[in-house]
Amino acid sequence: MNYTLSHLEALEAEAIYVIREVVAEFERPCLLFSGGKDSAVLLHLAVKACWPGQLPFPVLHIDTGHNFPEVLDFRDRRVAELGVRLVVGSVQDAIDNGEVTEDKTPGASRNRLQTHSLIEAIARNRFDAVFGGGRRDEEKARAKERVFSHRDEFGQWDPRRQRPELWNLYNGRYRKGEHFRIFPLSNWTELDIWQYIENESIELPGIYFAHEREVFRKGQMLLALTPYTQPDPANPEEEVHTASVRYRTVGDMTCTSPVLSTAKTIEEVIQEISTTRISERGATRADDKFSEAAMEDRKREGYF
Amino acid sequence: MSQTDLLRFATAGSVDDGKSTLIGRLLYDSKQIFEDQLEAIEKTSLDRGDEYVDLALLTDGLRAEREQGITIDVAYRYFSTPKRKFIIADSPGHIQHTRNMITGCSTADLVLVLVDARNGITEQTKRHAFIASLLRISHLVVCINKMDLVGWSKERFQEIRAELETFVTRLQIPDITFIPISALQGDNVVDRSTAMPWYEGASLLHHLEDVHIASDRNLIDLRFPVQLVMRPRSQQLHDYRGYAGQVASGILGVGDEVMVLPSGFVSKVEGIEFYDQELEQAFPPMSVIIRLADDLDISRGDMLCRPHNKPYISQDLSATVCWMSEKPLEEGTKLAIKHNTAWGKALVHEIRYRLDINTLHRDESAKELGLNDIGRISFRTTVPLFYDEYRVNKATGSFVLVDEQTQVTVAAGMLLTHT
Ligand SMILES: Nc1nc2c(ncn2[C@@H]2O[C@H](COP(=O)(O)OP(=O)(O)O)[C@@H](O)[C@H]2O)c(=O)[nH]1
Repeated sequence: MNYTLSHLEALEAEAIYVIREVVAEFERPCLLFSGGKDSAVLLHLAVKACWPGQLPFPVLHIDTGHNFPEVLDFRDRRVAELGVRLVVGSVQDAIDNGEVTEDKTPGASRNRLQTHSLIEAIARNRFDAVFGGGRRDEEKARAKERVFSHRDEFGQWDPRRQRPELWNLYNGRYRKGEHFRIFPLSNWTELDIWQYIENESIELPGIYFAHEREVFRKGQMLLALTPYTQPDPANPEEEVHTASVRYRTVGDMTCTSPVLSTAKTIEEVIQEISTTRISERGATRADDKFSEAAMEDRKREGYF
Repeated sequence: MSQTDLLRFATAGSVDDGKSTLIGRLLYDSKQIFEDQLEAIEKTSLDRGDEYVDLALLTDGLRAEREQGITIDVAYRYFSTPKRKFIIADSPGHIQHTRNMITGCSTADLVLVLVDARNGITEQTKRHAFIASLLRISHLVVCINKMDLVGWSKERFQEIRAELETFVTRLQIPDITFIPISALQGDNVVDRSTAMPWYEGASLLHHLEDVHIASDRNLIDLRFPVQLVMRPRSQQLHDYRGYAGQVASGILGVGDEVMVLPSGFVSKVEGIEFYDQELEQAFPPMSVIIRLADDLDISRGDMLCRPHNKPYISQDLSATVCWMSEKPLEEGTKLAIKHNTAWGKALVHEIRYRLDINTLHRDESAKELGLNDIGRISFRTTVPLFYDEYRVNKATGSFVLVDEQTQVTVAAGMLLTHT
């Protein structure tokens, strides 16, 4: 025996340590669960960290009102299996109540509006630690984020005033009204996530695997035909056709695009990602294409 | 699970030594850069009027930094080869950011220092080597960069190497490797350079893939800080009691006799559990649950060790600290301390000296430590710490200090055994 762990075992041990630190030191944690693959992995790790007990905290979903039905089904099934409490922060309600105004121009998404509902849900439930599935490899602004990421009383992130994070000695102390976002998957890459899903047989919504779907092109992006994403009938380039596609991330239907793929199994997906040349966000998130600093701006305001 | 392991390394270099270019190249040549990311930096380079695509942009994180054209904090990057997954803690080289380098080094197995072949060894280089030795990093890789600008000269390489070797004999770094490279052109980064046939060592990437880190861990002294007591509130598991935590050092086996600190009670390990698995042994950095044969009163912050191999137990401590706050540390300051899984309070009795990290001179007249100062302090804690000297056990020898007003982390500390 050489007493070493594989990289996935080491990442898993680190994530479980982080989750247990939060359970020990915070009063009201919750876990963001969108039904996407990162949050499915996060939930799985939380279950492992808290075993043999039940998850001692609820899961929180920020519902844009434009979710994939397959993903909502998956969310509800997992929640029922685990017997955890689901808290939903609804973007639609916030719009209906006039708390936020929706940008109705074509191509606009509700992504930014999620921040309001997220911060509102955190305040209303007095959550002091919010687990998120964010990874540092996703995007440059995330590369500097701490595992224990401090938020001020407005829910904002200040990248210039982050606390130094040393060894595994996490400092989760906060003043009244402040909270922490906790990122146990900080050091994982997209490939790590998929390899772990394979090793642990973690269930995912079907849209992560290749299926036939009606799609059309909009500029450089491929979009699915949905009630919220419609082609311009006058533009012949946006003609609807059927293609074999899968999703690399799942978010708001208005701004998440599928990729052409024939990968029907986890092994095929891993094969595909190992050779792909486009980043996860670049391939699938129309919202980050606007500017290089798009993510950083959203994160400062309190986004996931 | 797949059989690649993990190597974490920190990078250091003065501004313009080519650190960002080197990291960009490592990511690029190991195919970790995606086309859309390349597209984004190509556009930025073009907008700025650069003559070439600046690979350094790949590692420039936040907008403020991009605008100022500098890196101001620690950023983490990832790449992997079939042999290893790598995590880079990229910390900038400015003098005022000693704290960032210490942060980056705190989780690193190896430190990579860049030197511009034209400038040779600078104060910065020495400072970085010193910080690596202070944090007890076992492996230092010195990349002599921009070899293309010194005519790929073997003599220049040897001269720089000799100078640093003289300096580092005063430090305790067991393994130092020197590699002549050109980050811009890729020589000796991934592939061996044809321009420097006189260099017989491995390329940087091959060195990183092969360097042996498994024996850097302490597998001798068993230390298991209790993180959480698992007492599920269910009928079925009514009598279950387990102690969750991450093995800090040493190896723990089922049937082993263990002592619980601070109580001093001795019991036997009845089971080691990890979710649906019953394990025979646990070693660092595994996160497991330990069940003991006896029902003892144990809580978070307690520690399991062997009856005949105990850590030091004391409230009066001495440590090397790096101060990380604008507000200086003075004698008499009270702070919160986190060590292992326990929080307590610490009262700083004495600042013994401040270290000049350029000359390694100890200024014993110093009465305070300012931002980025490194010094030796004595302090007393409200609860005894179970600790080892940082030199022999990083996990149980490290701590952080937190300002109780702002709740911000203000110091990183490494414990010494002599007060
Ligand atoms: N000729 C030459 N120039 C280099 C080399 N590596 C970096 N540079 C240049 O040195 C400058 C500073 O590099 P950069 O990576 O931004 O340095 P950093 O401040 O250490 O991150 C840039 O203009 C690079 O193109 C090299 O190996 N050879």
